[in-house]
Amino acid sequence: MALTPLSLLTRNTILCCTTAWLCVAGPSNADDIEPGGKLLLTRGISSVDGSGGGGIVPWALITGNETDRGIGATAHLTSVILPDFDVISYGAGIGLRDRLEFSYTHQALDTGSTGPKLGLPDGYTFSQDIVAMKVRVAGDAIYDQDTWMPQVAIGAVYKQADHGSLLSALGAEDDSGVEFYVSATKLLLAQSLLLGGTLRYTDANQNGLLGFGGTSEASIYPEVSLGYMLSKRLIVGGEYRAKPDNLAFAEEDAWLDLFAAYAINKEMTVSAAYADLGSIATFDEQRGLYLSLQVGF
Amino acid sequence: MYRLCIAALAGTCLTGTLAMADTLPGELPVDPYEVSNANAGAEPVDNPDMFAAFHGQAGIDRIVDDLVDRVTVDPRIEEIFRASDLVRLRRTLKEQFCYLLDGPCDYTGRDMVAAHKDQGITTREFNALVESLQFAMDTEGVPFAMQNKLIAKLAPMKRDVVTR
Ligand code: HEM
Repeated sequence: MALTPLSLLTRNTILCCTTAWLCVAGPSNADDIEPGGKLLLTRGISSVDGSGGGGIVPWALITGNETDRGIGATAHLTSVILPDFDVISYGAGIGLRDRLEFSYTHQALDTGSTGPKLGLPDGYTFSQDIVAMKVRVAGDAIYDQDTWMPQVAIGAVYKQADHGSLLSALGAEDDSGVEFYVSATKLLLAQSLLLGGTLRYTDANQNGLLGFGGTSEASIYPEVSLGYMLSKRLIVGGEYRAKPDNLAFAEEDAWLDLFAAYAINKEMTVSAAYADLGSIATFDEQRGLYLSLQVGF
Repeated sequence: MYRLCIAALAGTCLTGTLAMADTLPGELPVDPYEVSNANAGAEPVDNPDMFAAFHGQAGIDRIVDDLVDRVTVDPRIEEIFRASDLVRLRRTLKEQFCYLLDGPCDYTGRDMVAAHKDQGITTREFNALVESLQFAMDTEGVPFAMQNKLIAKLAPMKRDVVTR
């Protein structure tokens, strides 16, 4: 229940990443480590949780422009402007050999002038730190165009929310949680389509911003994404993410969005979406504009 | 002519088949191999509009010439092509694309494993060539959705082309 200091989190992440890099890289020649090489958009954008994917649903693709011989990284800044709240998220991820991904993201839900209506100070902000890891385990979404086999990845996401005592007063059991997911992504090039599905084991309330657990146990929730490529730089589509509804004081809905992601170049991708985040902390119909910038190599 | 005869003899004796009917002046001889459309690495697309979308043989010729012009100056991969027989490469690529696009061609080149086994090509280099192909198809005005149908045929060949 105790808050994990950010410095510790960051240090653990760095240690973890270094160890994993050593394991993946093995004793190979330094000349082998080459940056870049992915085709436009095939690293995905960064989800609000920091994982390479769409905006709210992770993909089995690995972040960064690297191929199986290299290392890559991305950083993102995302905001969602809703009628009664603002969500902001920023973070960074690294991709190792197009196989392993580590990311850190900070996420905040700013209640703004809605705070007082909830009995909170004006501008009260719920926030959380998210450390995530993803491993690609099978398939190749892009090159295996002659089979139905998708690219499959598994991921673990550790979330540590702020304001633990308030969250328990709201009915959450915990202020931190771990989610596990399996994600399958397939590019159907002949149809210019991208299909994705994720199953997430979670008990997070509003993604963890309102803590973890409450009226029911952790369970598995489906998420889907669908995209159509209009050009090598532009993909449009939609996403759906089912979520737990664990807090007695407020109903929680699935998240939905319609998005467009545009790769300005190999380094920069901008995305915009119309996001429907449903009811948040008793405030219904939280629909608004999602904007995200991702830079990387 | 003398070279061709030797090659023809060797080819007939060793495999019974030889790609000589289509070779162009200036092409260097290659070790004999069995000629077959299966060497193209994929079945043609099942879409009667594709060949027209690439503007027929003339369009395919322009795309391949542009592609070869681009990859032979692309600093990421030009080195790989320095020792290549570009006359032959242009001819066989044109045949291959025409065949894959369901055009009236047979592919007479080598299979993808044989053609690339000594090149030490990486995924990054494979993608560099795909980018050049996309530029060439853009220049020819091939609609993006149609471009993807050809790339969908080529993408699995990465398993044979990329060896490093
Ligand atoms: C799916 C992608 C590719 C296709 C369809 C393809 C097709 C071909 C064909 C048809 C040939 C001629 C075969 C013959 O001479 O009988 C060839 C040769 C060659 N390819 Fe590729 N290729 C691909 C990818 C690449 C890549 C990525 C590179 C390097 C970056 C490359 C480098 C070469 C070279 C250097 C030769 C000439 C070999 C020689 O002169 O003996 N190819 N390729």
